[in-house]
Amino acid sequence: MTTATGTYTPKPGAAPLPRMIGAQAALETRMLLRNGEQLLLTVVIPTLLLVLFSSVDIVDTGAGRSVDFLAPGILALAVMSTAFTGQAIATGFERRYGVLKRLASSPLPRWGLMTAKTASVLVTEVLQVILLTVIAFALGWSPHGNPGAVLLLLVLGTAAFSGLGLLMAGTLKAEATLAAANLVFLLLLVGGGVIVPMDKFPQGAQDVLGLLPISALSDGLRDVLQHGAAVPWGDLGILGVWAVVGLAAAGTFFRWE
Amino acid sequence: MEILHPAVGALDAVPRLGPMRSEPVVQVQALVKRYGTKTAVDGLDLVAGAGVTAVLGPNGAGKTSTVEICEGYRRPDSGTVRVLGLDPVREARRLHPRIGVMLQSGGVYSGARADEMLRHVAKLHANPLDVDALIERLGLGSCGRTAYRRLSGGQQQRLALAMAVVGRPELAFLDEPTAGLDPQARHATWDLVRDLRADGVSVILTTHYMDEAEQLADDVAILDAGRVIAQGSPEDLCRGGAENTLRFLGRPGLDVGSLLKALPADCSAAELTPGSYRVNGKVDPQLLATVASWCAQHGVMPDRISVERHTLEDVFLELTGKELRS
Repeated sequence: MTTATGTYTPKPGAAPLPRMIGAQAALETRMLLRNGEQLLLTVVIPTLLLVLFSSVDIVDTGAGRSVDFLAPGILALAVMSTAFTGQAIATGFERRYGVLKRLASSPLPRWGLMTAKTASVLVTEVLQVILLTVIAFALGWSPHGNPGAVLLLLVLGTAAFSGLGLLMAGTLKAEATLAAANLVFLLLLVGGGVIVPMDKFPQGAQDVLGLLPISALSDGLRDVLQHGAAVPWGDLGILGVWAVVGLAAAGTFFRWE
Repeated sequence: MEILHPAVGALDAVPRLGPMRSEPVVQVQALVKRYGTKTAVDGLDLVAGAGVTAVLGPNGAGKTSTVEICEGYRRPDSGTVRVLGLDPVREARRLHPRIGVMLQSGGVYSGARADEMLRHVAKLHANPLDVDALIERLGLGSCGRTAYRRLSGGQQQRLALAMAVVGRPELAFLDEPTAGLDPQARHATWDLVRDLRADGVSVILTTHYMDEAEQLADDVAILDAGRVIAQGSPEDLCRGGAENTLRFLGRPGLDVGSLLKALPADCSAAELTPGSYRVNGKVDPQLLATVASWCAQHGVMPDRISVERHTLEDVFLELTGKELRS
């Protein structure tokens, strides 16, 4: 039966931008927290590594308590797991399943979508940092240093890893992104000073590995939190270059379909 | 110096197409879209007014390319496109709140629940429909807490349709809205399209189902090989040029020559089997009246008069020499 009831009478309009971005960020965060693989990556693995390597003497972490060495590295790992690996995989599949495409014709502008993704990454990181900090304190962690420098490192690290993650998600096939993002996560976990001190590697390798974003982030966090350094400008510089290059490349090469 | 009366100029400028079809919602001129060496859209012209416009054609005719250019997803290689008077790429920010889009597939987070995704799209709009009522209407309530990737194809399709209309758009683009649906779900979708139309929402729908176009569309554009090869109302398209057939039963051995004389010149008539007659020609009410009155003059009670109208299927076959595959 067809009768004009007025239910569908056009009344178009975009919601206010803050409401759209807030709704999008909330949805993205819910999707992430609901996804088992993502939780494994962002919560379970960092937590396990922190607890395991702090309590069992597997790797020689140098002088002092091992948790003082490990906690900054695990915080760096947490940033990488969310901003890089998790975001790359999620965005890769959103692209594959037409989610990005469908949202592109919604009232939410593309920059609004990217802002929401960033907000969702930051919310997740805050949850990770709270959880890992509590566990580290329980393991006897005694951090030093300037909280402002820590925040700066985390933000720049997030920007660097987001750029690289989005570059991967926007150019490779979803399956390739899934494989590559996990592989990179594993390689950087081992070679980026997260749980294995950089001085275990030959000098030549150290010089190269030190330029990776994960090494710069873990080294910078360790300088501040373990050794009480003021502002690790060298590491911030490396992260800054990665952030600019990564975000610019993602902005240029990202394909929405 | 000659001065035109303003009203004359105004009338000249605005084609009178009836109340439903006054303002074009989509205007496409000389559209060309290539992918590599393949030309998907090849100089396509299309004007769609208010109401329901069906873009009909076989797979690969350029339907989706055309619609996705109208939605702002792709830039044309050449030609101009205006949707609600706007350039879909340059003026996307102004256009997107006013249109609703149903993609051919996907468009939903694989872990999202149907109601969650629909509520989300509703939140992106200023005056959305009542989400619960829409869920009820499209039978999506049964999806419960199931994630999108585990919904049936029909449920996924109905969710995509709901997402296209929840923002109360002026114009909804539905890309093959009933492909693969069972008959019941198909009719539910058709009913919704009819209600949208009745409430003043314009709809552009692509389909390769003839009956869908016949049932729903005010206007049908038939696409083949990237061009519009015919456009008009289903009635016009079925009538236009095509020969139709009128049949009736009567006494065997009627004088067909006399009947032929009573008919317009371009008609033919024959007794196929004893007592079974066929008239070919432009079948309209006048022709029917002529046959009936000839029968009356000859004391014949014409039994089982039937008119065989051409379907869109026939029209398509005549125009393209191809069958539409569904």
